[in-house]
Order: sequence, then structure tokens, then C-alpha cells
Amino acid sequence: MALVRDGDRTVMTMANDFHGEPRDFAIVIPVPTLISRGQIHIADKALIDHLDAYSAPRLVEYFDYDPCRMYALDRMPMSAPMNAQKASQEESRTRSLGVTIEARYTVGEYDILILSATQSNGLETWLRENDYTIPPGASTVLASYIRQNMKFFVAKVNLGEHEKLGYSYLRPIQVAYESPKFMLPVRLGTVNAAGPQELFVYALTRKGRVEATNYRTIKLPSDVDVPLYVREEFTPFYKSLFTEQVRKENMSTLFTEYAWDMNWCDPCAADPLSRQELRDLGVFWVSNEPNSGGASEVFLTRLHVRYDREHFPEDLVFQETGDRQNFQARYVLHHPWTGSSDCEAAKTYKASLRQRQEKEARNLASLTGWNVNDVRRKMNLASSDATSDKKWWQTIWQ
Amino acid sequence: MKRFDPRLYQIGALTLLLLYGLTALDFDTTWVRAALVIGAAIGAQWICSRMWSVKFDPRSAAISGLSLALLLRTNSVLLLVAGAALAIGSKFVIRWRGKHIFNPTNFAIIAMMLATPRVWVSPGQWGNVAFFGFLITCLGGLVVNRASRSDVTYAFIVAWSAVLIGRSLWLGEPLSIPLHRLENGALLLFTFFMISDPKTTPDSRAGRILYAVLVALGARYVQFKLFHTNGVLWSLAACSLLVPAIDVLLPGDRYTWKQNGGSSWSVSPPWRWHFAPGLLPRMRSAASMSRRATPKFSIAHRRWRSSATATAP
Repeated sequence: MALVRDGDRTVMTMANDFHGEPRDFAIVIPVPTLISRGQIHIADKALIDHLDAYSAPRLVEYFDYDPCRMYALDRMPMSAPMNAQKASQEESRTRSLGVTIEARYTVGEYDILILSATQSNGLETWLRENDYTIPPGASTVLASYIRQNMKFFVAKVNLGEHEKLGYSYLRPIQVAYESPKFMLPVRLGTVNAAGPQELFVYALTRKGRVEATNYRTIKLPSDVDVPLYVREEFTPFYKSLFTEQVRKENMSTLFTEYAWDMNWCDPCAADPLSRQELRDLGVFWVSNEPNSGGASEVFLTRLHVRYDREHFPEDLVFQETGDRQNFQARYVLHHPWTGSSDCEAAKTYKASLRQRQEKEARNLASLTGWNVNDVRRKMNLASSDATSDKKWWQTIWQ
Repeated sequence: MKRFDPRLYQIGALTLLLLYGLTALDFDTTWVRAALVIGAAIGAQWICSRMWSVKFDPRSAAISGLSLALLLRTNSVLLLVAGAALAIGSKFVIRWRGKHIFNPTNFAIIAMMLATPRVWVSPGQWGNVAFFGFLITCLGGLVVNRASRSDVTYAFIVAWSAVLIGRSLWLGEPLSIPLHRLENGALLLFTFFMISDPKTTPDSRAGRILYAVLVALGARYVQFKLFHTNGVLWSLAACSLLVPAIDVLLPGDRYTWKQNGGSSWSVSPPWRWHFAPGLLPRMRSAASMSRRATPKFSIAHRRWRSSATATAP
């Protein structure tokens, strides 16, 4: 999910990692205003991939770096299996349920409806009758959005268009709207969900870092020395690290993984986004003329949250702060010197190296929740470390 | 018997909250910055005390400094110092009938947020894990402070809970939502240390309850109509402007720290007329008007008259 925000203007880019049949894809998203055709756009998936690569947590080797990127966006609030589309909508039935189809568009490979409703039961029934599988309990959540006068952005894949366009994946949908509400409705996604949901939010703003106002937002641990073998296992490392941090914080926080002025990066995991890419993402205040220097006016915040209904009872509400301090989640690899020499300094170095590697092992175990002995084994520290497992008195008289 | 100054308890409680925020909650500030803003507030109090020739007492300034360290965030050290100076300066400059109008911390935060986009308040940073610890700390303040103006705190808790729970019931939301909103450290800080500031609340109990309800309704408007963050802070600043009117409509006994054993400059200091002599005629007429309208609140008028008499040239 990319959120471009300045003043009351928001451009939301919804990407998802949906892997099923296109006909089974559906989203229902509450939106604060009616959405006209011109406010909807289908984006290139590469945009989000680039944003991800640019802002992903990374490894740093000495002063070099290793671009590491891997996480796909999870799908947003609700995705539901559905059967073939019905040939025609029964307008009178729709009306009798208190549901109004405010607008109907086909944009790219999607059939999009903007619905308003007067009663949640009617909306739930309508969605079911139109082959959206609504989880039990959704009705009360829908009711609170209806009472707040929110509309519903409902999209399915138009199979004909999808085939014609020939994409093997579903492209992100973009919606631009103007509303003082700076929030993400996540409650629908937690109704009856099998487990926690995962969400990445890339916020592009003008002033500074974005944070939640109704949950804690903290920085992911960063700048920690970890063993060299993490380079080969960065994906499991990162997944375990995130899971462990979520556990430590009792799954009640959002994590900042990246917060940076987009004018520069040091080091850059991927090239910064071009002005054209920023425009395509909806950064409306950046000019795409080459000499305008607009990228300096974009601050990127990457938030990562794992949430469920118990720990995140209400929707995420955000604010843009004036914080322009740069932050990136990075983990440091120190390659040891491997030369052979018997001088005093080398002995001292080797002794300190052992300590350092032990510290790296403990860091890694603490970050990820992995067993420190497993880490030592993988680092080939087991033999050198055997002494440390002995009781202190066992080594006195040896 | 000389009673314990409630401000000392407040300083202790706020210091504990700040230590907890800095160590366990990853507040977006540093020890140095926290020390700087507290020092700046006390320094500003010293300067203002010299300028207005009143006895220097660092206690209230320490409370303002600690509150700013807990709430105000910025990347700029200068803006932090400016915030502290504004807080303390507002106490001396923005006055009406011998009371300052705004809670100093609240004024500084709102003025800074209006003046520059480079400051912010992070209401979400408190989380709700240690909420009950905060709550107990704050409730301790009420016990220590029992003789003073806890009624405004109780009234605000009731009014704000009614707003949040009422809204969720109306929307059909589960009660976990308003409870989550109430279990917020920043809200506690506001409720127990800011809105209850005895020097800026109305003089009468009825006035204070009205004030608390107005603040809750204003916060509802800001948070749920304007969808703006920090509704309670904006609302408190706006409602503070109504306090002089509430005091005229519902007069009562003026608060002074001296009642509780403090030794600071008091509510009706003699120097008042020296820097704001123009207020005197207006205040006399306001007092005589209110005396006619509500003769039963005679204590307030006696107090007012006595201080005016003492300072008459």
C-alpha cells in the first residue's frame, strides 16, 4: 500500500500479493468520498517493486552494501473468493437492500463499483448476492462505516479485459481522493481472519515522517552487527527478526523500517525513484520536468505492521510529523581479516575477533529469537566457544 | 498544619513518566533534549521573575518543562527552547484578572504547531501496555492534591468517556475501540496534569465542570469532524479563552498555591497592576456587575477587593 499525502489530498496505490485465480480476487474498501472515473488509475506493478527495493531493510558489508529486497505486499482489507460474475445487476433489488451503485467503471483489468448503503445488512446481502464472500461479523463493521457516511470501493477482475491485456499478475489500483481523514481501514480485514494480517505502508509526504496516532510506531532495531552467514540467509533472518520484534512488543506497534528524504540515500539499495515514477505513484506536487529538483520535496516512510483484531481494535490513523531525521533498518557484516601472521597484534586481533563473533552470535539470537547455540554452530564458533559453556571452576585446574 | 505542595508530587510523577518514556517507550527525544527543555523553562521563569520583579520559584516551570519534554517533538533544539520560553512567557503576558489564561504547556504546544510544521505531538507513542501503571501514578496525584481542583479531572474523564463510548455505541463499534482510545498515556497526562491546572481553570466548581464538558465536546469536534490529531490539546486552548467569561458568569474562589503550602508568586500579586494598569477599571466594573448578578458568591469579591485595595497606589 502506497499512500501519497499532502494537505487533504491522498493518492492510494493498492498492490497485493494475490496468487490465486483472477476470478477469485475481490476487494471491498471503505473510502471517505465518492470516487469518479478520473480518480481511478491502474499503476504499473514495477512502481511498488521499486519502492520496496529502495526502502527494504538491508545488509551493510564494511562500507559496501548489498541490495536486499524480497517482501511482497500483502493484500489489503478483504479479498474474497467469488464465482463467475452475474450477467446483469438487478437495480430494483439493489435499491430494496438500501444499496446504491453510485458509479460503475471498468478500468484496466478491473470492474469497479462505488457503493453507498443505508444499512449494513442490506450491503452484506448485496455483496453475498453478487458473489462476494463476506465473513460472518462483517456486517457490524460495515455498519460503522455506513454511519460515518463512507462509500465502498468494490473491485473484481474483468476476466475478458485481463485476458486481453495479457498480464500474468494483477496490477495495483490507484485511487485519488480529497478528505481530511488520513487513515487505513483495516477492521474488515481482521473480521474472522484466520491469523494476523501483514501490511506494508509506503507513505510519501512533503514535510516528514509518517506515524500512527492511535498505536505506537517504533523503529525496527538497526545498525546491529550480525554474523557473516546472514548474507546467505537474509530472507529468513529478516522474517524471524520481524516476528521476534512483534512478539517482544506484544503485537501492538507499527514498525518504521525506513524514513528518508528521497533526494538522496546513502547507501542506496536501489536507484532512487525518478520524477516520472513519483508522479506515477501520485506525488502530485513533484514536477516531472528534469530541472525542477522536486524529489527533494518527498519524504518516504516505510511502515510494517502485523495486526489482528485483538491487538488492533480500531483502524489505523496516521499523521505526518515534521520529523526529517533519516532512518533505515540495516545490519552490519564485518568480514574478519584472514591473513596469516604471528605477530603480537595478530594474536590480540584474533582474541578480539572471537569476542566479536560471540557478540555477533548473541546479537543475532536476540534479534531473531533463534537459539544462540545453533547460531554459534552455523558460525563454526562451536569449538572455540565450548569453553564458555563450562562452569567457571571447570577450567581452573586444567 | 503545612500541607504537602502538590506540585512536588507532580514533578515526581512527570519525572517518572519521562524516565519511562525515554528508556522503555523509545520516545523520539533524548536525555539531553529533555534536560534542555526543562532547563530552558526554569531559565525562562527566572528571567521573567526578574523582569516582573516577583519571587523566583522553579516548581511550576519545572512542571511545564517536564510536560513539554513529554509531549513536544521537533528536530530543532532552537524550537524546543522557543517552546519552553513561550510556555513560561505566556503565564506572565497573557493574563486576565490576575490569572493566566492558558495552561503554559498547552499554549506553547498549540502556538508552536500553528507557527511551524517542524514540531509535532505523538499521541500514539505511549502505547497501552503500561497504561495502568501510568493511571496509578496519576491517581496518586489526585490523592495528594485532594484539596484542590480534581473536580475538573473527574468531570473531563466522565465527559470524554461519554463522548467516546457514545460515539462507538452509535456506530455499532465494539467497546474495545473506545477503551483503546481511553487507554492512552498522552490522554492521562492531559487529564491529570494539564486540564486540571488550578491556575487556568474557572474559579467555581460549576464553572470547572462546564469547562471540562466544553473541552470534551471541542475535542470531539476536532477529532471526529475535522479529523485532526490531538483534539484535546486544540480544544483546551480554545476553551481556555472562555474561562474569563465562565468566571464572570459563575464566579468562585480564586486558587492560590499558597493554600497548599507553596511559596510561589501568588494568584493576586501586588505587581499585577504595575504592568497591566489598564485592566483595573475594567475588572472593577466586571466585579461590580457580577456582584449585582450573583450576590451569593461573596467570597470571590471579597478576595478580589482585598487584593485590589492592597495594591492601590
